[in-house]
Amino acid sequence: MSDTHAHSIAFVRDTEIPPSPPPAGETGAVKWLRENLFSNAVNSALTIASLLVIYILLSKTLPWLLNGVWTTSSLAECREVLQGKTGACFSVLTERWNQLLYGFKYPSDQYWRPNLALVLLLFAIAPVLFFDLPRKLLAFTAVYPFLAFWLIWGGTILAPIVALVGFAAGAFVFQTYGKSSFAVGFFGAIAAAFAVWIIGGILIPEGASDNAMLQAVPSRDLGGFMLNLMLGVTCVSLSLPLGIALALGRQSDMPLIKWMCVVFIEFVRGVPLITLLFVASVMLAYFFPPESTVDLFLRVVIMITMFSAAYIAEVIRGGLAALPKGQYEAADSLGLDYPQAMRLIILPQALKISIPGIVNVAVGLFKDTTLVSVISMFDLVGMIRGPILASTEWNGVYWELLGFAALLFFVVCYGISQYSQWLERRLATDHR
Amino acid sequence: MSTLTDPPNEGFRLSMLINDTRYRSLTFQVIAAIVLALCIWYLGNNLIQNLRAAGLNISYTFLGDPAGYDINQRLVEYDSQSSHAKAALVGLLNTLLVAVLACITATVFGVVAGVLRLSNNWLVSKLMAVYVEIFRNIPVLIWIIIIFTIMTAVLPGPREFRGDNATASMVFDSFAFTNRGIYVPMPWFENGIFASTSMNWLLVLAGFAGSWLAAHQINVWANTKQESTGVRPKTTALILAAWLVPFLALMLIMGLTWEYPELKGFNFSGGIKVGGPLIALWFALSIYTGAFIAENVRAGIQAVSKGQTEAASALGLRPRRVMNLVVLPQALRVIIPPLISNFLNITKNSSLAIAVGYADITATLGGITLNQTGRAIECVLLLMLFYLTASLTISMVMNVYNASVKLKER
Repeated sequence: MSDTHAHSIAFVRDTEIPPSPPPAGETGAVKWLRENLFSNAVNSALTIASLLVIYILLSKTLPWLLNGVWTTSSLAECREVLQGKTGACFSVLTERWNQLLYGFKYPSDQYWRPNLALVLLLFAIAPVLFFDLPRKLLAFTAVYPFLAFWLIWGGTILAPIVALVGFAAGAFVFQTYGKSSFAVGFFGAIAAAFAVWIIGGILIPEGASDNAMLQAVPSRDLGGFMLNLMLGVTCVSLSLPLGIALALGRQSDMPLIKWMCVVFIEFVRGVPLITLLFVASVMLAYFFPPESTVDLFLRVVIMITMFSAAYIAEVIRGGLAALPKGQYEAADSLGLDYPQAMRLIILPQALKISIPGIVNVAVGLFKDTTLVSVISMFDLVGMIRGPILASTEWNGVYWELLGFAALLFFVVCYGISQYSQWLERRLATDHR
Repeated sequence: MSTLTDPPNEGFRLSMLINDTRYRSLTFQVIAAIVLALCIWYLGNNLIQNLRAAGLNISYTFLGDPAGYDINQRLVEYDSQSSHAKAALVGLLNTLLVAVLACITATVFGVVAGVLRLSNNWLVSKLMAVYVEIFRNIPVLIWIIIIFTIMTAVLPGPREFRGDNATASMVFDSFAFTNRGIYVPMPWFENGIFASTSMNWLLVLAGFAGSWLAAHQINVWANTKQESTGVRPKTTALILAAWLVPFLALMLIMGLTWEYPELKGFNFSGGIKVGGPLIALWFALSIYTGAFIAENVRAGIQAVSKGQTEAASALGLRPRRVMNLVVLPQALRVIIPPLISNFLNITKNSSLAIAVGYADITATLGGITLNQTGRAIECVLLLMLFYLTASLTISMVMNVYNASVKLKER
């Protein structure tokens, strides 16, 4: 008698009840706050403490930042404008902008040259960083170092052209003879390049730089953040091939080569960069031929390159060690000789593994370029500590200048590390 | 009778030096040796010629000459009449001092920040992420200069502590933060067992060593007891006593008292003065390297898979023992090697002292001594020798420790 039962009930719902909203404490912002900020007593205390820290930091810096003065020409004027209020004298940045970026000796009518070099750098570096771009762009990357040298230092265009031709001749010889025998191609390429350089060096007329299209700028006139960027880019790109060679040498079966690489790497890694810079500034001159004058910039580049090459070598050695032994054996069993095995099988994989480490070294190296201020080169930090803070107009403007330097370095280094993380995700071939 | 497998009997040809794998590596090594010898000969020859042209020679006798400059921050007796070697020793001890101090504080900062970055608290973990990113991406030299500027340009001078309406005051009446340095109370012993203070402190140190030994023995005893009976005796109170009793007893016997810094005339006197350059270097190295260590700690903890924690809990271990027995031993294996290289970095970065005028070995031997005597090669070589020895020693000691915690494999 099911129907009698149904009739005995006063009310039967024939529609569904709409779901009632969850309790207020379980939704939206409140839930998020409860779970992430106030889940228990300790957590709440931590949250309140952090809020306090943030409040203190902001209450000190925000008025200083917002009241900033941008248009005065000395600290005294800036203080007059502020009239005792808290506020930053950012006018030191606007007034000394060129000095901060280019140093105080680079001829001011030539600033377009480093600017152009920087813009071209972006184009040159793009195909290296983003390998989805067409590979033909790498041709410009190969030409760029010589172009940049000519733009920044000026002088005769013949010198970079001779250098470029030397490299091209070496590459040509290697392409032709390297196929049959790596050793012949390799040593032949080095010989060809040197032959071109020596002949070219004789051919370039004396005093060619005097009336050149671009006014010659000596290295000691370089400075500011430009110097940091130049040192960083040059030394990283030079130390990468050197580091690969050192890492392979350290893995080598030949005891003498291995021993040389180990001693070099351990020695360089055991001493601080400052002592190597001391070597560059006071000691290296003793090791060059008596009549030659190698300028400080080149000596510093040599030492920093050696320094970072040792670190990069260790990173790449890690990558080489991480490859399974089967890869080496497979290369051998295919009948590849050592250069082929390295070029085609081992290095592509090992370098991919070591990319994060290499980027770490590059970021560290870029930060370490500030150390050249200790051997009285006027990079960004050197400019701030030297000419600018010592000047009568801006004596005492610490925070604006140091903050600016910190910001510049932060932007570049953070950018590089973000790129590295993107690259790691992009190159990840394991399915996780 | 000759078989097919016999190698063809060839004479030695010159092309085999390049093409035959039996001789090729020898050829390359001989070439490398010749190139290396030529390089050394070339550089050495240049050096000899340059030295002769400058009328110099390589000699280390200058180390015995009076240095003629003063050093504020020193751990051993030194005055301007002491030799250059003594100045270098003062610098060396200063380097070691700041390196050891910075290693300890950087580890503390790093561990705290690394653990907090994994916290459930969103705000705290984001704050720590900001700390790590900001400090990692700005050169340590800039941090050293910034903190040095705070020490010298922001902190009040001793003058401002004087008078009835002083604008600055001491913290807890015992710490004075001035632009000439930070003054802290100095502990000393009224009736020490030895005449010299340092011997008394060594005694305290020996006491700590004894405590550590006793605590270790208590643990060993508890372990054997647990293995034989299955019940672990309560050791917390015993270990606490082993640490505290000898220390407190020594302090009571020798009569520990504090000497507080006081404003006398235009400056503070009494207590220990910690100079601005030392603080700047110490603190900057600590927070900078701390950010790196924080990342290592985070990576180490995250490297221990969650299954390990869950398995330990499933075995019935309490959370503290899960941490001590399961997570930490595995995390340490990941954390220790980069920690070693961070300690090495601190030691090497302490050479930046020269930027703020802290008298470490780079500033004394590589700075003033080098400039005064003009002995560039000798000074830089000695400097490198010191750093090389220090680096190799640290990595050796830490590698021994690393070997003791690493995965035991058969």
